[in-house]
Amino acid sequence: MTATVDKSLERLRERAAAEGLLDVAYATADSPFGTLLLARTPQGLVRLALPSEDVEATLADLASRISPRLLEAPAQLDEERRELEDYFEGRRQEFDLPIDWQLSNGFLLRARRGIAAIPYGETRTYTDLARQAGNERAVRAAGSACSRNPIPLVVPCHRVVRSDGTPGLYAGGVEMKKRLLAMERQSG
Amino acid sequence: MAELPPFQKLIDEHAALVMAVLRGAVGRDGAEDAFQETFLAALRAYPSLRDAGNLRGWLVTIAHRKAIDHHRARGRAPVPVSSVREEAVFDPDPADGELWRSVAALPPKQRAAVTLRFASDLPHEEIAAALGCSPEAARRSLHEGLKRLRKEMA
Repeated sequence: MTATVDKSLERLRERAAAEGLLDVAYATADSPFGTLLLARTPQGLVRLALPSEDVEATLADLASRISPRLLEAPAQLDEERRELEDYFEGRRQEFDLPIDWQLSNGFLLRARRGIAAIPYGETRTYTDLARQAGNERAVRAAGSACSRNPIPLVVPCHRVVRSDGTPGLYAGGVEMKKRLLAMERQSG
Repeated sequence: MAELPPFQKLIDEHAALVMAVLRGAVGRDGAEDAFQETFLAALRAYPSLRDAGNLRGWLVTIAHRKAIDHHRARGRAPVPVSSVREEAVFDPDPADGELWRSVAALPPKQRAAVTLRFASDLPHEEIAAALGCSPEAARRSLHEGLKRLRKEMA
């Protein structure tokens, strides 16, 4: 019986997407740091939750901020998962994915677009980021553009470090940030 | 605005029940289409749903509507029932189409209770759970619904 329901659910996901009823599709993806949660809208990738984040809470947040029409639909995220896998394997330096920026606005949006433009293997400081987003003194806000970045990895906030050269904080833990930077130095 | 859980949660928790209800109500062959129709209709309506209190009952109610649509569309064709209990008197024979039209015209609670009892063959406790009410209230809805049907069919 469960098998039949699974098949029916597969059809349901396809039909929901085809009829424009799938506002947010999500899937999990393996990574060297643990399981990631990816979510996209028809516009593009809208959220990536690191292994340190609570899955239930993330989904509930997306349901209330974007739409409760939220379904687990891995097929909708094939490209995202493939590119992330390539990135972790050191085969990919740039993501070629449409991004839905709707969870960011104002200064944070400008700062995050700036983060997205930092090349692989390079770093910028929080001060650089603040200046580039149009307010040199907003270093603290630049910090939260990173710490509450809805799409880490793809919007590579791990490439933003302190002026003294130390890595600074990371939502996924400082260890993860160090390992990502080291990996990019090696593969870059 | 009610805080609605991700729709996936409704699927995880209630898809099997909805499928069981539909298999009872329209038979194995019709259940797949009715299942799709039920969940697509639910997805369509979900964001504007005001009360997140009894999502299971809401889904089951939509499933009944789809089951009734199915029976209406098939008119007088016999209805396959997956399991028949001694006490279940679901007799699709005489004026089947007419009966379902009358069922469809019942107020929602009564309609749901009647469909669950006779088409899905659920016991009172299950009907109560599906409707999110007490077994007494379910019994009452069923009783009122049947009274009304008898009057109309007489």
